Amino acid sequence: MTLQDTNTAAARAPHIGQAHRRQTARRHLAGRGRFVSDIVLPRMLHAAFVRSPMARGRILEIDTRDAEQSPGVVRVFTARDLNPSCKPWTGTLDHFATMVSAPQNILAEEEVLWAGHPVAMVLARTRAEAEDACELVMLDIEEGEACVDGHAALTGDAPRAAPGLDSNLCFQTVLETMAVDAAFAGAAHVVEGDFTFGRHTAVTLEPRSVVADFDAASEQLTVHHGTQTPYQFQDIYARHFGLAESRVRVIAPDIGGSFGMKLHLYNEEMATVAASLKLGRPVKFVADRLESFVSDIHARDHKVSARMALDAEGTILAMEVDDMTQIGAFSTYPRTSVAEGNQVVRLMGAPYRMPDYRGRLSVVFQNKVQTSQYRAVGHPIACAVTEALVDKAAARLGLDPFEIRARNVVPDDAYPFVSATGYSFEKLSHEACLAKLRELMDYDALRAEQAALRERGIYRGIGIAPFVEITNPGAAFYGVGGARISAQDGAVVRLTPSGEVQCAISVTEQGQGTETIISQIVADQLGVAPEQVKVTTGDTDTTPSGGATWACRGAGIGGETALRAGRKLQGQILALAGQILQSDPADLALADGHVVDAQSGTRRMPLAEIGRIATYRPDTLPEGADNSLTAAEHFAPSGYPFDFTNGIQASLVEVDVETGIVRLLKHWVVEDCGRIINPLLVDEQIRGGVVQGLGPALFEECLYDETGQMTNASLADYLVPMACEMPDIVIGHVETPTNDTILGAKGVGEAGTAAAGAAALNAVNDALSPFKAEIRQTPMTPLRILAALGHV
Amino acid sequence: MKSPAFDYIRARSVAHALEAYRSLDGEGVYLAGGHSVVPSLTLRLQAPAALIDLSGIDALTGISLDDGWLRIGAMTRHAEVAADPMIRDHAHLFHLAAPHVAHPAIRNRGTIGGSLSLADPASEFPAVALALRAEMEVAGHDGVRRVKADDFFLDIYETAMEPGEILQAILVPPVRAGDVAVFDELARRRGDYAMVGAAVQAVVDAGRVTDISIAFFSVGNKPTRAGAAESALRGARLDDAVIAAAQSALDADLDPSDEPQMPASVRRHLARVLLGRLLGHLGTTA
Ligand SMILES: Cc1cc2nc3c(=O)[nH]c(=O)nc-3n(C[C@H](O)[C@H](O)[C@H](O)COP(=O)(O)OP(=O)(O)OC[C@H]3O[C@@H](n4cnc5c(N)ncnc54)[C@H](O)[C@@H]3O)c2cc1C
Repeated sequence: MTLQDTNTAAARAPHIGQAHRRQTARRHLAGRGRFVSDIVLPRMLHAAFVRSPMARGRILEIDTRDAEQSPGVVRVFTARDLNPSCKPWTGTLDHFATMVSAPQNILAEEEVLWAGHPVAMVLARTRAEAEDACELVMLDIEEGEACVDGHAALTGDAPRAAPGLDSNLCFQTVLETMAVDAAFAGAAHVVEGDFTFGRHTAVTLEPRSVVADFDAASEQLTVHHGTQTPYQFQDIYARHFGLAESRVRVIAPDIGGSFGMKLHLYNEEMATVAASLKLGRPVKFVADRLESFVSDIHARDHKVSARMALDAEGTILAMEVDDMTQIGAFSTYPRTSVAEGNQVVRLMGAPYRMPDYRGRLSVVFQNKVQTSQYRAVGHPIACAVTEALVDKAAARLGLDPFEIRARNVVPDDAYPFVSATGYSFEKLSHEACLAKLRELMDYDALRAEQAALRERGIYRGIGIAPFVEITNPGAAFYGVGGARISAQDGAVVRLTPSGEVQCAISVTEQGQGTETIISQIVADQLGVAPEQVKVTTGDTDTTPSGGATWACRGAGIGGETALRAGRKLQGQILALAGQILQSDPADLALADGHVVDAQSGTRRMPLAEIGRIATYRPDTLPEGADNSLTAAEHFAPSGYPFDFTNGIQASLVEVDVETGIVRLLKHWVVEDCGRIINPLLVDEQIRGGVVQGLGPALFEECLYDETGQMTNASLADYLVPMACEMPDIVIGHVETPTNDTILGAKGVGEAGTAAAGAAALNAVNDALSPFKAEIRQTPMTPLRILAALGHV
Repeated sequence: MKSPAFDYIRARSVAHALEAYRSLDGEGVYLAGGHSVVPSLTLRLQAPAALIDLSGIDALTGISLDDGWLRIGAMTRHAEVAADPMIRDHAHLFHLAAPHVAHPAIRNRGTIGGSLSLADPASEFPAVALALRAEMEVAGHDGVRRVKADDFFLDIYETAMEPGEILQAILVPPVRAGDVAVFDELARRRGDYAMVGAAVQAVVDAGRVTDISIAFFSVGNKPTRAGAAESALRGARLDDAVIAAAQSALDADLDPSDEPQMPASVRRHLARVLLGRLLGHLGTTA
């Protein structure tokens, strides 16, 4: 059977492709969620941290004596107490040649490097008592000069953001094709712009949380950790604290959102583990909202200069891009803070046939919270810059935004295709998506309405943005750089004695419904209902090792793993059934909880009977029969290094040109994520992703003053997008399965975020076009729009 | 964040609350809806020895009409302010403003007395009280006194109440013939504190403004009457030229501070736009 044939077989399957509600939803609604903060262990202590109040400084003295006397306090730790127990970590990877970063350890030793840098840890009976004592820790810090702005940080005499750095440059790279300069020299049109993308942060409903529980008697460390990547943390805790891997168990229970933020290593988690190892008691740390703002990774923070060359017909000839990514005092561990900028420069112009390209990336240290991978790593920046320039070119040439894109996208029949930045695309569907979007949004009617309203002084704008998304990453992402981050996943599927199915799998659940789609996939292989498949995730002791959830791999890689494990078990069950029924296994199939005749569908025996005989009466089986009803499979993507997906988004906005306030009126997404396993959850992913793309386009920004203080570090001042401001989001699909797998699914988790901001930016600029005004900075605040309009 | 430990006293009467406050020697804080106090505790911005809960005091509740004056008890929740028919008819500006205060969950707890006592310059109700020329009924150890709204709001989080005094009620003057009210604010998200907002209470007679009071919020360290703009409007017809004159006059009325995310010039610009729109609206409402 070829992969093509099995793709169609999968399409006929009864549960793959159907909308199933998230299995955890009812439990969560009933208040039966079990998050790390719900975990209460005997003798458990609570941690709170004393943090640096300034962005850069030298620690002269930390006086903990009063704090130690505070009611309920058990211990107060500083770097001297905890850091020696831990091997320092350095956020560099080999495939980012020449990148540098200073080593990090648990608590600040001699210098504080951002406002929020943990300096001391208080352990007390309750969090409130720990906080009381934090106020009594006397910090004497001599303030130093902070690096705040990336450009300034690169000047020769700038202070260094961290000790030991030769310069504030973390990493620099250039990628280019041969004929960039010639393309620009011969271009009929060149459009250009400087763009600024603010910092924002994840603001998960559940903050970062961890309970570390070291049992000295059994030398077993158990860490209940709100993370999307338990195996990665098992490996980190084992290696950095010098423990055998088998002595470290990481359990990720219910997770209230992660979005990439919870896969990085943080000082507080390491401190919590170190404290538990030291005290032999469980220690809990649950970040509060305020400290989350100054310790959870931030995202983006780019300054981009870009230009695009076109011929007289509007064909894109080349782009030249310079991205500066500003990352804080260290590169994050273990995935670095370079992946974001790397993807920015590699995704530029991705939907288009553009033959030539030069991209320059500079990753720069500053004394702020670290930035790193967050949902849709690099994508929104590359998409916004590319699409803003395409719209500028369209205006210059007098072309409609749809028309210029239709002229430039890689045609649907031109695959496989290698982009100017070196990405290989198996098969994308830009033309189909463009056509579908145009119809879905009734584009021509919207343009007519826009023109009519403009006569009445109402300024609406329409923006569109095609995108390409990286999903299903193989080892090319981190593994080749030496990171101990698994590119493969594993699943163990078994038939229980009563004929039900259990699946333990390495991909994890953070609310997106991973467990639900895995149950659908396994159910189809074994002829049962998804409700009969119990899926276990997130525990390094009870599930096989794997990459877990990041970069859109749960469905594409985890799903394929589950499918293959399910098929393997199917084979075992049929072989056993063949022996029991004295039939050729090839004539049997599984359906409706039964072994059936493959041709007629006639029921031959229930799965429960197989389970019963294999478990309780193996003595009745023929001599030498294999009664194993457990199957394990591991799967690593091969073939293309990534499965790229594509889609297109559109935004309709209304700009109040006197106040600068933007109203989002409607949003459309046409998306191609390959085989759709569960349309309900795919649409949820897209909608949520769109909101996380629109947030930083209009509202979300971590603001810093010139001394490196974050000035809006609370939810009173940091504006997350809320339901009232969000538009209706209309979704359409095109389905181009990948041939790299049997399942054919690609990722979808980041698609919404990838292009929503770009569509909104183009829409606002479209609305502002009668005023010859243009905005190139996000978030697009009223102040910035008024400035663009020349009102201020 | 967790708040430091504190005691809790449930006051039975205004006298009991005053006495409790005195006995705490400056270490007590009154608790009304708690939606400003409790966050300030968990943010560890203050650490009182005790909270004195006012929510059980009958004298602070109720909405009644007395000799044309509407009396709104200090413990009236924002949600009641929005829904109550007497407030709608006799203090229409409060009715218009209430839906702009925060979100439903907060409006279910927050109280009008708490909002006015706190005197946050970004809050809606203090400006409404100014525009309505309301009076505050304040109880202290020396008895009860009335303070005009114009004299009540002194500075950021500062009122004419002495420490320990209790705001018992808000008194709104009788409705006049031709009274019209308009209210609006410019906020980045629904329910947020506004970038700028204004409450306007006017008497319009045959197209002519015979009386008007305009109060801005979020433009300075306290809610601010726009006296110069009011003068430009009083006695005039609401035509484009008059509205433009009122907008220009605002420069003399408002003195917003420069903030990195909101320079004074932008706030002035927004105030002019908002006033223009409100006056346009007033012209069509009257
Ligand atoms: C997320 C959020 C958003 C908000 N948005 C807005 C908004 O958009 N606009 C707005 O105006 N407000 C907003 N608020 C504030 C909210 O309206 C508050 O509830 C209100 O300002 C204070 O009222 P309270 O009854 O909660 O007072 P409390 O918090 O209980 O008390 C406030 C202060 O007043 C004192 N006090 C209370 N009552 C009396 C009294 N009768 N006599 C003397 N002193 C008294 C207290 O001691 C305290 O100092 C918001 C609050 C939150 C949490």
